[in-house]
Amino acid sequence: MEKKDIIQSFKDSLFTGLIALALFGPIVGLRTVSKGEGLFIAPQWGVVFLLVGLCILGRFLININSARKTEFKIFSSLSSKFSSITEDKAKHFAITGILFAVVFPFLPFTDRYFMDVAIMILTYIMLGWGLNIVVGLAGLLDLGYVAFYAVGAYSYALIATTFGWSFWICLPLAGVFAAFFGILLGFPVLRLRGDYLAIVTLGFGEIIRIILINWYEVTNGPDGITGIPRPSFFGLPFKRSPDEGETSFHLFFNLEYSTMHRIIFLYYLILVLALITNYFTLKIRKLPVGRAWEALREDEIACKSLGVNPTNTKLTAFAIGAMFGGFAGSFFATRQAFISPESFTFIESAIIVAIVVLGGMGSQTGVVLASIFLIGITEMFRDLEQYRMIAFGGAMVLIMVFKPKGILANRKPTILMHGDKK
Amino acid sequence: MLKISNVETFYGKIQALRGVDLDVNDGEIVSLIGSNGAGKSTLLMTISGVNKARSGKIVFNGENIENKQPHKIVDMGICQVPEGRRIFSRLTVEENLRLGAHANEKGKYFENDIKEVYDLFPVLRDRKTQRGGTLSGGEQQMLAIGRALMSKPKVLLLDEPSLGIAPKLVNQIFVSIKNINKEKNVTIFLVEQNAKKALELADRAYVLVNGKVTIKGPGQELLKNKDIQAAYLEGGAKN
Repeated sequence: MEKKDIIQSFKDSLFTGLIALALFGPIVGLRTVSKGEGLFIAPQWGVVFLLVGLCILGRFLININSARKTEFKIFSSLSSKFSSITEDKAKHFAITGILFAVVFPFLPFTDRYFMDVAIMILTYIMLGWGLNIVVGLAGLLDLGYVAFYAVGAYSYALIATTFGWSFWICLPLAGVFAAFFGILLGFPVLRLRGDYLAIVTLGFGEIIRIILINWYEVTNGPDGITGIPRPSFFGLPFKRSPDEGETSFHLFFNLEYSTMHRIIFLYYLILVLALITNYFTLKIRKLPVGRAWEALREDEIACKSLGVNPTNTKLTAFAIGAMFGGFAGSFFATRQAFISPESFTFIESAIIVAIVVLGGMGSQTGVVLASIFLIGITEMFRDLEQYRMIAFGGAMVLIMVFKPKGILANRKPTILMHGDKK
Repeated sequence: MLKISNVETFYGKIQALRGVDLDVNDGEIVSLIGSNGAGKSTLLMTISGVNKARSGKIVFNGENIENKQPHKIVDMGICQVPEGRRIFSRLTVEENLRLGAHANEKGKYFENDIKEVYDLFPVLRDRKTQRGGTLSGGEQQMLAIGRALMSKPKVLLLDEPSLGIAPKLVNQIFVSIKNINKEKNVTIFLVEQNAKKALELADRAYVLVNGKVTIKGPGQELLKNKDIQAAYLEGGAKN
């Protein structure tokens, strides 16, 4: 590398340091401490300089790296290994993953905490797969996906608490309601693309949340809905002492009562729901409507000239994506037994979009890896409390620096003619 | 077969077509030449229904189509190869062709139709698992034409098939267009800036200036027309 380059990248890193100083100076440097009767400023310049120094160093290393036009050996070998594993052996990977997911609850180290995290990760995987239909396949950037999650959760909660219907009846109904809202959102945004579409969907997500807060008579406002019935094992409830005339799960199977039964059941429930979403997506990609989604993502005018009806195609993408969001929502409601608008804020949409984008738009396995990575990281750093969002943000930055197209950027062709099956 | 009368199309307040009259008969190759901004592509988009005509009539096989939606028009048998090819670059060659079959009863006769396209453009067969974006310009144009043929059109609208393509491949593509017309019995409506090639190929041709047809006649006759030679052939023509 030339000397000029080094000086150039050094200057650039100093500039980065300046920005870092401007940001960290007031935010981190000027800490307020309440002492006795007043608030005092306790400067901590040492920490600020440490952070600024880190930023300069980091920027400098990235600069040198890109100036050489080669990646750090470690990273390139890692990433090439990574992609070769997932491309060549994608199928093995998927099967191993599913097998692992199936036996996971019975592994010796699995405890209640692990199960809860796993259920959370699976919920996000399902949401990611649902959103992948809209964003990854149809190319419609939806920043308000949480709205459908909320619609699903609330329809389940309201139907179940009002009519007392079982989970298995409410689940499809919640999906239908969410799909209906998907079409409702779809109509006004048919003409929009890219940034404009993103803004409108963002607004839609907020509208739903604000309606949930303010429509007190129906949604019970910010207090939320309590006492949502738990799912039963095909009619057998998970209760220590069942009501008169009922048999509960542990009695029927002659097991010792344990709260883990319900957790394990919920785990398998979301696993199955997520796998259905995945299976559905893989299948529909090979049908005309799925191919039309992908074509629409590539070029709308070409689609029109080939006789693809963009209106119907977009609406089905919104509706089907929303439906899976709704399923995930009703699962969420039945798992928590309590929902309130608090759970459906913009940050949820942002996380789901991040999972899809970081996974590599349109890649199903990518969504799984990104969910495990993002949710896992926020869980791992739970001890850091308020700083764990920094770990979350840092993880996202790292992926985008080293894998700018997402963890798995390659999409496999949906059709191979007979004879050249690999 | 396709009759366009007094069609006017606007982009907002700007008038692109000022009363175009034109007809294409069954089995013909009709060329439309004109300079940049004359309204050639607008006319094709208006026929396809992507742009709507503000006034005038477009009749296809006795049916008015000026108010129909684009996908309905494709279903009736008018398919366009849009300007700049507009290949789905992240999809494979075969997926692109699959999408072309979208209108053709959702790909019921896919196996047979795709064989015909591969026979017409053998290079596409070699490249079938490659992504559209990795093809050369000429191959992309073949793919775009093949993709449109998958919908089994009665009329094929071609918008500047020679745009941005190596001269050698341009000849090959024009030969293919002739074959499609003669062997597969597809009526061709060709829009071109490459006036010489377009006129040589055409049974009949029209010249579009500022949104209006100014000259029409058999292709060979127009090739000899003094005005056309001055405006489109001697100075501006490629090849």
